[in-house]
Amino acid sequence: MTPELFFQYLFAGITYGIMYAIVAIGFNIIYNTTGIINFAQGEFVMLGGMISISLLQFMPLPLAVVCAVIITMLVGALIEMIFIRWLDNPSVLRLIIITIGLSILMREVALHIWDESIRSLPYFYGNEITTIGIGPVRISPQVLWVIGVCGVVVIGLSLFFKITPLGREMRACSANRTAAILCGINTRNMVTFSFMLSAGIGALAGCVMSPITYTQYDSGTALAIKGFTVAILGGLGNSMGAVAAGLLLGILEAYSVAVVPLAFQDAISIAILLIILFVRPHGLFGSSEAARLTEF
Amino acid sequence: MLELTSVRKQFGGLRAVDDVSFSVQEGVIKAVIGPNGAGKTTLFNLIAGNLDPTAGTISFLGREIQGKKPHQIAGYGMSRTFQNIKLFHGMTALESVMVGRHIQSRAGFLAGMFHPPSSRREEKAIRDKAYELLELLDIAEFADVEATSLAFGQQRAVEMARALATEPRLLLLDEPAAGLNIYETAEVARLITRIRAMGITVLLVEHDMSLVMDISDEIVVLSFGSKIAEGEPLAIQQNPEVIKIYLGEDEEIAA
Amino acid sequence: MKSSKVFPLCILIGLVIGVQVVTQLTDKTFYLTQLTMAAYYTLVVIGLSVLMGYAGQISIGHAGFFAIGGYLSAALTTHNLVSLQTHPFIQALGSMGMLIPGQDLYGEQLLTVAPWPACLFALAVAAVVALVLGVPVLKLKGHYLAMATLGFGIIIFRIGLATEFFGEADGISEVPAFVLLPSLAGLPALSVSGDFGHRIENYYIAWGLLVLGMVLLLNLIDSRTGRALRSIHGSEEAAEAIGINTARLKLAVFVLSAVFAAIAGVFLTHYNGGIGPSEASVMKSVRYVALVAVGGMANLWGVLIMGVTLTFLSLRGVFGSYDDAVFGTILILVMLFAPDGILSIRGKALLARFKKENA
Repeated sequence: MTPELFFQYLFAGITYGIMYAIVAIGFNIIYNTTGIINFAQGEFVMLGGMISISLLQFMPLPLAVVCAVIITMLVGALIEMIFIRWLDNPSVLRLIIITIGLSILMREVALHIWDESIRSLPYFYGNEITTIGIGPVRISPQVLWVIGVCGVVVIGLSLFFKITPLGREMRACSANRTAAILCGINTRNMVTFSFMLSAGIGALAGCVMSPITYTQYDSGTALAIKGFTVAILGGLGNSMGAVAAGLLLGILEAYSVAVVPLAFQDAISIAILLIILFVRPHGLFGSSEAARLTEF
Repeated sequence: MLELTSVRKQFGGLRAVDDVSFSVQEGVIKAVIGPNGAGKTTLFNLIAGNLDPTAGTISFLGREIQGKKPHQIAGYGMSRTFQNIKLFHGMTALESVMVGRHIQSRAGFLAGMFHPPSSRREEKAIRDKAYELLELLDIAEFADVEATSLAFGQQRAVEMARALATEPRLLLLDEPAAGLNIYETAEVARLITRIRAMGITVLLVEHDMSLVMDISDEIVVLSFGSKIAEGEPLAIQQNPEVIKIYLGEDEEIAA
Repeated sequence: MKSSKVFPLCILIGLVIGVQVVTQLTDKTFYLTQLTMAAYYTLVVIGLSVLMGYAGQISIGHAGFFAIGGYLSAALTTHNLVSLQTHPFIQALGSMGMLIPGQDLYGEQLLTVAPWPACLFALAVAAVVALVLGVPVLKLKGHYLAMATLGFGIIIFRIGLATEFFGEADGISEVPAFVLLPSLAGLPALSVSGDFGHRIENYYIAWGLLVLGMVLLLNLIDSRTGRALRSIHGSEEAAEAIGINTARLKLAVFVLSAVFAAIAGVFLTHYNGGIGPSEASVMKSVRYVALVAVGGMANLWGVLIMGVTLTFLSLRGVFGSYDDAVFGTILILVMLFAPDGILSIRGKALLARFKKENA
């Protein structure tokens, strides 16, 4: 492998890894406040991409992205209010099946609105052949956008959870729900809010990755699986862990192209997921004690 | 028949059970008492295999059982009940006890699907034995009622019948009188002596002092994970250290 | 067997025969095609019901086992081994009567694996895969188990889609008929195939298999093993305490349900004359889960009724382009309003009324 190719693969890996990490963070937010794994997380990503592409006909790109994120957040909140909020102490199995059902519905709605064609947002800066030289390699500026957005999301979230009252209340809710209720925190609103936040982050990811990966009505499933792999790998609920794990998976996947056919690339990352689940279900960076304490 | 040697269980920095040793002779009723948080239930979970000890050995009928799975230990002839009753949803009282015959019967997957004559005979034997146990515990009239919908005392009885159905040599009872009134407690006491009369050794954890003093042959007292006394009920009642921890607890409750 | 089990089974058998006779009389035998397919899909669903409803373990990867059965038997019975004829292994197979020679449309010589050994091999592979996958997977719970089985399903899907041996995106076609019994003593041969002439015969083969599967599972639930299974669902800790090896039992049920799925895969593939990657898709697995859920999880009869009905409607194209959406909606509605299945709603309402009247 030439050094150029080596770096090319490395940057592709980093780009995809970061995108997976953003999806994983979406999983983590809902998981932290509710203990639910939202199987429809990938559909938020798809929705963000699709809505922004449609809005682009009426408004400039930045505005379209912002509106798409807001609309997806509203969808997220609505979904929670209609399908989850009023359930009285539902079992894990029930929640899994409900969110799977939601993911199918969202996909089908998308199919009927946007049909089967593959769409994409234009590059945020330049076009598909614009490159920026970093040392020996030339990368697309969109890669920097992806990395930048991920950085902003991670830093923004940690500030949000540490500093704002709402963020603190959400953390309280995840640490001990009963105690949070006793302190007068409306835990139900917190759950709705976590769905909103998670949908928004998913949509943002959908927008920045759309120029690179394209968007199709069913592109959510594969992303959700990889996002989940990363979330598990990094330790469920751990955002920094998710970034590290995302990079790891993305880079592994990128170099695996050199060894196995492209068609098996998905199978590789799923095999990694299975191995991790079997060997270290609490993730590479999580502690086994903590994982055992979590209710499943 | 049961021998604990320097058994210790550590959760992080907390020693829930600290170097506890005692033995249970065949045919006795032995009780483990102690204030809340003394490590009684942890001790039980160590014996029954739900937890692995950090150190020490537990031997049962001459076989070391620490680190074995609960179902293996049950197979050696030890059965238990739970403090917070664990019955199976959607099963009648009779079925719940029939499950207890699991290790005393053999029909496997294929026999289950094809119901050959041998498994039909076995099935009938299981049913008869389960019914017999319900009768023994005076709950035969509820045989076809869903077990989880029964009254609390009756649920306890079903759980005990289920444990007895495995034909244990040693029966572990985790607070058998918890949540029962004075009459029901007396009933449980009678029942435990009857179980002993059947040749089954009983080890129980209990809060209700009067029950323990009435029926036990020997008592072990735990406090903060350590054994502080062991002996016959009368001796235990007069043991100054035991009186201290129990009075101390009473003071706390009063305060 | 107890009369409480025999009676519904008799009704079912009566219905199966009745439907065939009615379609014959009204000249609507074309319905039998979808009814045959629905029976095979329902075989997957009742097997999954024992795993999900009774043993309490979710699997979103059962289309994978269906595909293992279907793909393997399709590949083995269609790939021409003539060029390998001299290989000692192939010769050994031939001498054991496991290969059948033939000719294709152009008179080219063919040598393929006979359907029976292919079928048994496919089932064995499905069982072994379930065993190997089950040991680590069944240690997981809840979300983890769901994701792990989902991942397994996608891997199988990808392998089908990316391997030339399995026909890539086109799948495998021209799968020959599966001769179950050669013609004996003047009776015609019994074979699984989509031939119009064999329509009625195949309807009975499929439904015979489904009824047989149902009898076996009903028996199983009402046996020592069945009770142990239900106890795991109730409380794993208590089940262990009375000596039930919960890990082994869960594994056994996982393998059993995988074999049920694989049998359905083998038979339906021979009936359809082919199999494609869509049979292994996530959506198929989710569909099976939906059918189990809508039937009431731990209710084999409910699962059978809903499985046959919905699959039949779907195959008839009643739901049009909203097919997947319908299943998604069903999943959500059932889990929101009737976690014990559609059929439980009426039962509960009646029971409530009955109680009121007696109060």
